[in-house]
Amino acid sequence: MKEQLQEIRRLAIDNINKVSDLSDIENLRVKYLGKKGEITFLLKGMGKLSAEERPIMGQIANDVRKEIEELIETKKVKLENEAMKAKLQTEIIDITVSNKRSRVGHRHPLLSTIEELEDLFISMGFKVIPGPEIETVKNNFDDLNSPDNHPSRDMSDTFYITDDILLRTHTSPVQIRAMKQYGVPLKMVSAGRTFRFDDVDDTHSPMFHQLEGLVVDENISMANLIHTLDIFIKELFGEDIKTRYRPHYFPFTEPSAEVDVTCFKCRGAGCPECNHTGWSMELLGCGMIHPKVLENCGIDSEKYTGFAFGMGVDRITMIKYGIKDIRLLFDNDNRFLEQF
Amino acid sequence: MLLPVKWLKDYIESNKSARELADGLTLSGSHVESIKFLDNGIKKIVVGKILKIESHPNADKLIICNIDVGQDVLIIVTGAKNVNEGDYVPVALIGSKLANGLEIEKSNFRGIDSYGMLCSLQELGFPDNVIPKEMKDGILILDKEYPVGMNILDVLELNDQVIEFEITPNRPDCLSIIGMARETAATFNYQLKEPNIIISDLIDDIHNYTNGITVKTHKCTRFYSRVVKDVVIEPSPLWMQTRLMKAGVRPISNIVDITNYVMLEYGQPLHAYDLKQLNGKKIIVRQADKDEKMLTLDGNERILNNDDIVIADGLEPIGLAGVMGGLDSEITNETKTVLFEGANFDSRNIRLTSKKLGLRTEASTRFEKGLDPNLCSTAVERVCQLVELIGAGTVVSGNIDVYNEVKKDLELTMRPERCNMLLGENISVEKMLEYLNGLSLKSTYDGKLFHVSVPTYRLDINIEADLIEEVGRLYGFHNIEPKALLGGLSRGDKPYKIKLEDKVKNILQGLGLNEVMTYSFISPKAYDKINLTKDDDQRKYIKLINPLGEDYSTMRTTLLANMLDLLSRNYNRGIDSVYAYEIGNTFIPKNLPVTELPDEKKVLSIGAYGGVDFYEIKEIVEIALSKLGIKNLSYEREENNPTCHPGRTAKVYFNSQLLGIIGEIHPDVLVKYEIKAKVYTAQLDFEKIVELTNLGIIYKPLPKYPTIIRDIALTVKEDILVGDIEKAILKHGGGLIEKLELFDIYRGNQIEKGLKSVAYSIVYRSYERTLTDDEVNKIQDLIIKDLEISFDAKLRS
Repeated sequence: MKEQLQEIRRLAIDNINKVSDLSDIENLRVKYLGKKGEITFLLKGMGKLSAEERPIMGQIANDVRKEIEELIETKKVKLENEAMKAKLQTEIIDITVSNKRSRVGHRHPLLSTIEELEDLFISMGFKVIPGPEIETVKNNFDDLNSPDNHPSRDMSDTFYITDDILLRTHTSPVQIRAMKQYGVPLKMVSAGRTFRFDDVDDTHSPMFHQLEGLVVDENISMANLIHTLDIFIKELFGEDIKTRYRPHYFPFTEPSAEVDVTCFKCRGAGCPECNHTGWSMELLGCGMIHPKVLENCGIDSEKYTGFAFGMGVDRITMIKYGIKDIRLLFDNDNRFLEQF
Repeated sequence: MLLPVKWLKDYIESNKSARELADGLTLSGSHVESIKFLDNGIKKIVVGKILKIESHPNADKLIICNIDVGQDVLIIVTGAKNVNEGDYVPVALIGSKLANGLEIEKSNFRGIDSYGMLCSLQELGFPDNVIPKEMKDGILILDKEYPVGMNILDVLELNDQVIEFEITPNRPDCLSIIGMARETAATFNYQLKEPNIIISDLIDDIHNYTNGITVKTHKCTRFYSRVVKDVVIEPSPLWMQTRLMKAGVRPISNIVDITNYVMLEYGQPLHAYDLKQLNGKKIIVRQADKDEKMLTLDGNERILNNDDIVIADGLEPIGLAGVMGGLDSEITNETKTVLFEGANFDSRNIRLTSKKLGLRTEASTRFEKGLDPNLCSTAVERVCQLVELIGAGTVVSGNIDVYNEVKKDLELTMRPERCNMLLGENISVEKMLEYLNGLSLKSTYDGKLFHVSVPTYRLDINIEADLIEEVGRLYGFHNIEPKALLGGLSRGDKPYKIKLEDKVKNILQGLGLNEVMTYSFISPKAYDKINLTKDDDQRKYIKLINPLGEDYSTMRTTLLANMLDLLSRNYNRGIDSVYAYEIGNTFIPKNLPVTELPDEKKVLSIGAYGGVDFYEIKEIVEIALSKLGIKNLSYEREENNPTCHPGRTAKVYFNSQLLGIIGEIHPDVLVKYEIKAKVYTAQLDFEKIVELTNLGIIYKPLPKYPTIIRDIALTVKEDILVGDIEKAILKHGGGLIEKLELFDIYRGNQIEKGLKSVAYSIVYRSYERTLTDDEVNKIQDLIIKDLEISFDAKLRS
């Protein structure tokens, strides 16, 4: 019997070594270790052995069984690993292939710039107040203290619907609406479409966009205006950007100023982009609200003062992204839009 | 405004460079656009005297000049025709450089060596439009004897710069050299030296030459005139010509040049009439008759109307006031007696006339901004002084001045504390006084208030805030220390509608749509292009009175036409797929013709072509709206939308409220837009969406009990809508149908023609208990029975 066991063991080891297929290894397990397997079968004949031999043979048989079990298990793991490896091998893909199946949309660069600007002012405590594109002459010019023979009122500058109704030429009429509706104190911005009688070229469009801001309260000063705009400009363009406030003229502010900022390209060193001045000109217009404008809105101009500012969002967008032709903003070419 | 720096320095003493002046003036409010350096790199061009001219032995068109240039006598071959022996001319020596960068070398013309070149004004850097007509094609002949060998830069004062300013419309006084000198003096704290006007020879009497001046319109606020006799018309001296050219004005002749010179100097446009040409030696200022005609200086006949102001003689108009003189009274070489006009007109009339006739002149651009009537006499007197100075004629004694309402200085007060409050600075009273007086705003301080006399030329200063601006700009806005806003915290915010707009944009971006932006105005033809019927409500649009062409002439009542335009543009540029959306205003008039502001209604417009179908757009709309809490939309077939395919278009409803449409663009419309792909769109009422949005989300517990899933397949007629089948299925679910999924629609061999097979997977689940097969079977039976009856459906096995 011992010889038989040794023979089974030898054959089993031999077979296990030879096996190369996972299903065959399962067959081997059945063949040797199964309920009807060879070792089980042999053990059934143990009854014929003497009481002394029985535990010895039992021990040997168990050892052989355990050894075969371990060998089978080891072989199985090995074969499984190999099989997995082979499977993975067959599943290799070319990871450089691009198969564009997901679509992602893109925000329009100008409209996302407006959102960004609005959010910046919201973070500074400003309320966003929208206004209509079609306005009254009163809101767009009269109440803003625009002289009644001012050329900007001409048909060659402004689009009219009737003598009293026009396409707003700036976002400033929202100042009038907001002051009349909400009174003081007031801290608001408003952005949107504006219209002027300009033929289309690289830098002009009959429709363009402005963002307008306003603060009215007691003791508001030019120094407050400069502080507010400086923060905004640095947030928008970077800490190293410098500003320059130049006296200017707007009918609705007094004093009035234009704001230049250091050239975005050369950061102030001077380059062809900025005509070697180091300045990017006329980024914003601003000033202290003209007393007449406050009075027109029913605000006591002795008690309250305020500042206002406005900027061309198209230009800011163009500067930000290096766009040289304003027409691209309105053309909606997919290849343009998908860059943002 | 062109400001030659050497001319400026006639009125101020300054050793500042052009760049320094420009920087300072920019910061005090005169915005510099450019600085032009007039030497233009010119080198080694000197005065030469032509000693002898000989003809060229080998060339008819060339001559040989012997020219004295001081240290040498040079042989120079030239083709110039306007030179004579004895002329003084600019000579470019060997090794010299012209304004255009050209270097002059020794050269040989048909066998004769030439040692230099004679120069024209172009070659010295003057642009064609300011060079006197008679010098256009020739060498510059200097007006008198200059030392030979003298640097031409010194002769023509080309060691000079011209600063170009952008003058704001409220400061017409700065459209003059003296105006800018005043600004410069104030900015740098210089003393301003205005010309001392003295006319020495006073003989005869103006009344011997004119029969009076009558002003018949209040639109002419002043008319001041003087007469000059024994006039000899000739070119003005070179110094005057050079100054005019530097300032961008072409020299004509001495008399005209003087008027232009003084206009540049003082900003007061002036006119000179040939007295001999004035019928009846009379001048009448009046409003023109309707359709009255006159010939202006430029040779054009102008048809006038009542708004125009004319200067007429006894018979007819001789000048279009404030804009341009008349051809008939023009100064000619024969002119002997001249009447100078210094007048003031209503700025609005000048602007209208200039605009209407499309005639903008140096005079009209000044008048239309408003001028100081007190300047009229000063300027005419200055003209007379210059006439004497250059010997152009003899000034006749006396003047005629029609000036009814003399304009006086405006008296204002300014509170120093108000000034500091508004600027947010702490400027001393002494400094304020210095700034105001520096600007020639005669000011005193009484311990509490500044009393300021505002000169009549400062039309822009009317209230205290205007004075504060003057103090502020001279103090320098750039010197104001920024100070944080004080006061309570304020909450920044944006309106709910804009927030929703932002949200929808983010959702659509996630769904792969690109945001587009199109004009608010569209062509009236667009409404035809999208096939609208003649009586469609969307044709009730607002028109612009003065559009920039038909394409921009109506305020859009739909966003669809713009969407199709841009899709067409993209398609025809070979872009194979576009998914786009726009949220924008439509303009709905309350009445037509318009009498009040219209409603501006926001619309969400979606458009796509290339790999898209109806169901994808529908899904995009459903996902986007579901994120706003607008779920379970219902649809109704829309067969009557003229822009869309009658079989592939739906009205979209939420709780029986119409939100808009989803559809395929009608093939007829696609032809008009030249798109050969199928185009799908959604046009949704964004105002309604805002109204219906519900952003509140209440969490629903996760299910504890298992599902039972049943599949059914039915054949129905083609025209049965799956939406109706689904409604029927859900009706019987008793709230136990968790999910209903249409997983197949089949048409083909195994199905009778005209029928389709639809297959659903129905998922049943209760949130309270485990469902039994029995109760689900009962529901299934009810569903099938209903479908068989309502839709003539047959269960497929």
